[in-house]
Amino acid sequence: MKQRAKKPVSSFLYNHPTLHRWALLVLPVGWMALVYIVALIALLITALWSVNEYTGAVEMTWTFDNLIQAFTDSLYLTVTERTLFIAVLATVIDIILAFPIAFYMARMASPRARKLLVILVSTPLWAGYLVKAYAWRSVLSGSGVLDMILRPFGGHSPGYGLFAVILVEVYLWLPYVITPIYTAFEQVPESLLEASSDLGARSGVTIRKVLLPMIVPGVVAGSIFSFSLSLGDYIVAGIVGGKTQVLGNIIYTDVGVANNSPMAAACALIPIIIIGVYLMLVSRTGALKRL
Amino acid sequence: MSKSNKHIIKRATALVFAAAGVIAMTGCGATSAGSSTSGGTAVQKLGKAEGEVSILAWPGYVEDGSDDPDVDWVSEFEQDTGCQVTSKTYGTSDEAYNLIKTSDKYDVIAASGDLTLRLINSGLVQPVNTDLIPNYKDVYSFLKNRDFNTVDGKSYGVPHGYGANLLMYNKSDFSKEPTSWDVVFNQSKASQFSGKVTAYDSPIYIADAAIYLMAHKPELKIKNPYALDEDQLQAAVDLLKEQNKNVGEYWSDSLKLAQAFQSGDTVVGTGWQVVYNQLDSSKFGITTPSEGVTGWSDTWMISSKTKHTTCAYKWLDYIDSPKANAQATEYFGEAPANKNACQYASDGKFCDVYHAGDEEFEKKIWYWNTPIKQCIDGRTDVKCTDYTEWTKAWQEIKG
Repeated sequence: MKQRAKKPVSSFLYNHPTLHRWALLVLPVGWMALVYIVALIALLITALWSVNEYTGAVEMTWTFDNLIQAFTDSLYLTVTERTLFIAVLATVIDIILAFPIAFYMARMASPRARKLLVILVSTPLWAGYLVKAYAWRSVLSGSGVLDMILRPFGGHSPGYGLFAVILVEVYLWLPYVITPIYTAFEQVPESLLEASSDLGARSGVTIRKVLLPMIVPGVVAGSIFSFSLSLGDYIVAGIVGGKTQVLGNIIYTDVGVANNSPMAAACALIPIIIIGVYLMLVSRTGALKRL
Repeated sequence: MSKSNKHIIKRATALVFAAAGVIAMTGCGATSAGSSTSGGTAVQKLGKAEGEVSILAWPGYVEDGSDDPDVDWVSEFEQDTGCQVTSKTYGTSDEAYNLIKTSDKYDVIAASGDLTLRLINSGLVQPVNTDLIPNYKDVYSFLKNRDFNTVDGKSYGVPHGYGANLLMYNKSDFSKEPTSWDVVFNQSKASQFSGKVTAYDSPIYIADAAIYLMAHKPELKIKNPYALDEDQLQAAVDLLKEQNKNVGEYWSDSLKLAQAFQSGDTVVGTGWQVVYNQLDSSKFGITTPSEGVTGWSDTWMISSKTKHTTCAYKWLDYIDSPKANAQATEYFGEAPANKNACQYASDGKFCDVYHAGDEEFEKKIWYWNTPIKQCIDGRTDVKCTDYTEWTKAWQEIKG
């Protein structure tokens, strides 16, 4: 009884479990609402405003001009297409590269080699993003390492441009794709594969019918990472892209240079919609449930 | 792992959300700030120093030794005047514009030509009585009363220093010094360096194309590269789209420029003297083409909301004094505004290298100015294109 008197708040909450639950939830839920939902709505509203052409001030007059421009103007369409191309290609290449590596790590390597490989795969994550991007800038330079290696074979560095952007995106997000696929491979119990072969399935059939369906959620998780990260990235394009422009660059100049935040907000809705559609398609496959 | 992922996703979207926040703030600011065009009168007399002054400036303009103990011209000002300096730096003119608009914390602002007119038009800065600034008399006369620092005969600040966007080239590709911008704009000449041409990455670079057109297409009748009507802008855009085929990359980060020249990825294009100074002069050259160049002349302005007018005036006077002006401009890498500054430079060649006071050189510079609807070349029969249109055009040029 003495202790209860000392802690009036906790004893009060103990006696009111509903209130207790609400008090626990209000902070994280409020945070989510504030950071994600309110910000998204603010973005949508901003896209409907306009900029005063004399003072550069944002005026709260409603207009659909920005949205119409963002979704019909050939400039924005071309840049969206290019950004989407980079994101899709980087994701596909990442998955193709990650598959054999993850398979080897999970099912073939000895426990010691596996540990070493896990460390090696995650080591690049310790280096700063900018450091890695700038490192690629010097590697891809016309007088860089890549050029030196390729020259004896009659090749030369691709230089800065679209190809360089895709290459660096593939490099940057590869660990994020390998890790979930590796985890998925690792979680497949050996007994299932043995049962499959006991029942007469050849290894090809086992892989197709047993192994692959269990790996799909890992692949999907990895693809969400690499797809969304390369869709939103604009710094790589600035460092190794030469004159390549992606959606992020457009948004950045609209805010930072032109002081036209409504247009930037309208453009920012494009990747949000793309990611939304992608997540919807993914959830249709049911892969998200098995993550 | 998913934690670090979320962090990156958040960082990517943070930009967008930050943008939304800024808009919300500026939106509110716009309604409360009474924006009278070029209103207010300059003060006639200064009172006692208020003991503090807050300065908003480009990085490298207000150094108190905290970045590098040897680089300090603020401490002396504080000792002499008793005004304690607090300073904040900004990265782009737009960031500065939003900061001044949403806060009344800043007394003094160092503004480039693409910001000054906006500040004056929104009534955010006050006219400056140059009689109260003794060192103003030693400022180069060509920097005074220009369209980016003076409106309706009223001076809105004092010059800090100036510089130009020059033509930088790799000597191994040019047997003799190029004399015209045609090496980057004329398709038949520029295509020799296809993929190795560079240009400054900003909508304001459209003015560089306009300067080229002024000399080579007189029928367009461009009088001022910052006052382009729609047809003239279209001509500049067409020229830049043509140039885009030969451009390897656009630069805004001067380190990136220096590195691209050194590695040979870039051989010709826009460059700054301060970048060139880091390079080997036997391998690279820098020149002022005959058509003229764009450039900048920054202005120290006083906020119309300041409560520290005396300290603000004292800072304007101090930063234009020969010694402090030499220290600040030499550290940044631009020509000083005070004609007596040269003798205080630590490098004897400083003023020659940056062409300080060289009138022949100065006459070739078209200082950055804000393109606005109202043509600043005096035309009233047409509307000019504003900076928003320039930005859209610039995005289209890059494609």
